[in-house]
Amino acid sequence: MSDKKEWPLWEVFIRGQHGMSHRHVGSLHASDNEMAMKNARDVYTRRNEGVSIWVVEAQHISASVPSEKGPMFDPAKDKVYRHPTFYELPDEAGNM
Amino acid sequence: MSALFEFLLRQGDNTLVLGHRTSEWCGTAPALEEDIALANTALDLIGQTQLWLGYAAQVEDKGRSANDLAFLRDVYDFKNVLMLETPNHDFGRTIMRQFLFDAFQVHWLTALTDSKDSHISEIAIKSVKEAKYHLERSRDTVIALGDGTEKSNVIMQSALEYLWPYAREIMSDDAVDEEIASLEIAPLPSTIHESWLQIVEPTMRDACLKIPDSNFVHNGGKTGLRHTEHLGHMLATMQVLQRSYPGVTW
Repeated sequence: MSDKKEWPLWEVFIRGQHGMSHRHVGSLHASDNEMAMKNARDVYTRRNEGVSIWVVEAQHISASVPSEKGPMFDPAKDKVYRHPTFYELPDEAGNM
Repeated sequence: MSALFEFLLRQGDNTLVLGHRTSEWCGTAPALEEDIALANTALDLIGQTQLWLGYAAQVEDKGRSANDLAFLRDVYDFKNVLMLETPNHDFGRTIMRQFLFDAFQVHWLTALTDSKDSHISEIAIKSVKEAKYHLERSRDTVIALGDGTEKSNVIMQSALEYLWPYAREIMSDDAVDEEIASLEIAPLPSTIHESWLQIVEPTMRDACLKIPDSNFVHNGGKTGLRHTEHLGHMLATMQVLQRSYPGVTW
């Protein structure tokens, strides 16, 4: 078959039962977003892992460049004062 | 044989036979994602079978288990409709068969949630959620392939033509159905036909497929009168372990 093409790649994010946010769990192939959603349900939530799914076509994700990770991340390494560990958090503030 | 036992066998044999057929795709489906999805569907159906045949065994009260009913009965004791025992043939026919069944099953199980028999309504409440997802998936796939390439449209049209004469056996009534309906355990299967068509017709329109102009229906599966030649071969594979090593467990 000459018109055989791979389905595009999608990245899957799932929010678990007790999770606060969606986490990347893997990727899959699908022809469109609805099929990606169903495939994500079938491939990544068979063991009751999730309560919410996001899918995004991989080509729409902008990623940082590994070779630039020095200028990108190193400057934050010696700025401990940016961590809020110097403060007492009142219980009422909840999750930060 | 009581009408209730017979009724429960029909429910359980439908899900068992389709579940086994669907499981035959395991490891050979056209895409990894589809392979897993089909295996999930098969497992849902086998899970429903455990509930139906478990209750059937209890109603029969002869010391048989759901496993005995599944693995130690022969062809003519099976009460599944003929469509579900037809060979997978190709992915198109497999998914079309699933769709034609799901479109019935969603309405049927919804009706059974109101059964006077609380055991049946509980099975229906659990199963209908699975059936709704199966329908969503099979309907979208039928539309995607029917309205896909010229080649996939031809495959889906031929799947529909092959399966159409089998599709409505599940909505034909007999004496067992009438007795069950009079006890308000389930409605007559024929009462589902209208709502089944309301799913099937628009789906076929969206899928650019033409419903065959024929009212002929192959009967004989749900009554056990005559199965196709395919069921025996399927059971030979499905039952081989229990037949060769009776009572084996692991």
